[in-house]
Amino acid sequence: MSTAEVFPAFVSRKSFIELDGRERAQSLFDQNAWTELVGPFDRAESPWLPMQGIAPQADDGCIVIKGKIGGLSAVVVSLEGAFQGGSIGEVSGAKMTAALDLATKDSEAGKKTAAVLLLETGGVRLQEANLGLAAIAEVISSILALRQHAPVITVVAGTVGCFGGMSLAAGVSSYVVMTKEARLGLNGPEVIEQESGIDEFDASDRALIWAIHGGEQRVGMGEADALVEDDAEKIASTIREYVKAGPAFEHRSQQVKLYRDRIAALDTSQQIDPMSLRQEWSSNKNSGGAR
Amino acid sequence: MNEHVGLRGRAWFQALTGKNEPLTGDPGSVLASSSLLGNEASLFLCVVPNPESRFPCVRDGQVGLEEAYTLATRVREVIDEDRDKPKAEKRPIIAIVDVKSQAYGRREETAGIFLAAATSADAYASARMAGHPVISLVAGHAFSGGFLTHGYQANRILAFDDAGIVIHAMHKEAAARITRRSVAELERLGHEIAPMSYDVKDYAKLGLLYKLLHVENPLQPTAPEVETVKQALIEAIQDARAGSTDLSNRLESDAAKQTRKASIAVRTVLEAQWQKS
Repeated sequence: MSTAEVFPAFVSRKSFIELDGRERAQSLFDQNAWTELVGPFDRAESPWLPMQGIAPQADDGCIVIKGKIGGLSAVVVSLEGAFQGGSIGEVSGAKMTAALDLATKDSEAGKKTAAVLLLETGGVRLQEANLGLAAIAEVISSILALRQHAPVITVVAGTVGCFGGMSLAAGVSSYVVMTKEARLGLNGPEVIEQESGIDEFDASDRALIWAIHGGEQRVGMGEADALVEDDAEKIASTIREYVKAGPAFEHRSQQVKLYRDRIAALDTSQQIDPMSLRQEWSSNKNSGGAR
Repeated sequence: MNEHVGLRGRAWFQALTGKNEPLTGDPGSVLASSSLLGNEASLFLCVVPNPESRFPCVRDGQVGLEEAYTLATRVREVIDEDRDKPKAEKRPIIAIVDVKSQAYGRREETAGIFLAAATSADAYASARMAGHPVISLVAGHAFSGGFLTHGYQANRILAFDDAGIVIHAMHKEAAARITRRSVAELERLGHEIAPMSYDVKDYAKLGLLYKLLHVENPLQPTAPEVETVKQALIEAIQDARAGSTDLSNRLESDAAKQTRKASIAVRTVLEAQWQKS
């Protein structure tokens, strides 16, 4: 028997991860109900990469599409993981901030506009260093302004994952959607191994990496909201639900006391077992989560 | 790395507040004090190295889980206490910044340091949006996730102008490795390309700073220098109160109009297309 006969739904599904950044963004909208803004023909490129002999890209690896999701106004900002690791440069960061700010402006004027951020990124683009870091600070600020009026939904699908400063953008979002293949954390394993040594983190230990940063763990711990299969239709319908749900009532990044108490209770004399911690934190999950 | 990381922060926290101890229940790495600045009570916050921390990867002055949640706690206390006050009476929050980086540790990743950092950035930004003047004084290092967690959400950023000030996304050795360059090449590029530079005078060209201040020896503040810095902070508070509560001012300075031309252009084009769509 072939695989297709044994797992028909799995084989016939349309993978989301296999789509590029632009196709991912397009796949979330209602049919023919979207427009790309500052697209590749506008040639908004990084001014800093050519100065360093690096080829820029005509969209700077950041795709902005506005339209309707489930009949409601929304803007999707998608980072292309295949261009400079999805990193945030001056232009890609400015595109994201501008889209968020315009959504806020419309929402304040009565036209609620949700934002969906498709984050495949290692964080700051080191070739644009301080302007990348500044852009991330501004992205965080603009998410916080919008989420009071309309939901900001972060999707980390894989395979780059969401790391560095952009993990804070995920942290302040209203809702976070992940696949099993996705990873979310401040520091990637290679950076930890490089900065703190292989005894601290063995970056070749894939089981350990997914046990800590993987989507199943993050959702299981209550640090992300939904674990979705790598299936474009399932991801789109999850997004539609969150767009419809509206702004979150209480945000995870406001739950300071809950998390501070949890950190105070940690035994730090040795490394923390991810599975035990997940069980511990999920047992009082009704006080965690985004709402 | 620089052996002084954290020492400058502590020296200036002490000079500005007269205190040098964490609050009861806080880790040794976070100094917090409500102290007079001019005639106004202000919340001062500083992250300092704590060699005895129970988290090994923060002992040199990195910002970790306890640091981020403590900062968020202290900032949110002030937001809550001043909730019903008119904007002009909301207390200023002063972040004294001298942080090596975020903590690079497995314990931290396991327990979700990304969320801890987000919680602190959220608290600072929420304070700013509620009308509190949030002012950062970069007294030493301001690196990467450490700066995003503590200081980068401020309405106004001030920095000293000496060679000990480093504001950057990653320290030289690591940035060189990741971008596949030598440290010498990275330094050369820094002279030509302002956002890559490790020199605070180049950072000032990005238009993100409110003001550069000069002191002779940032490790040993003199009484007149403390007075000058206090005056500069008070001016920054007044300026913040007169301006908007978002970060739009970072694109409005003359320096920003030069260096961040591409950001400004993208915003203009995106807005025009947005209105038409």
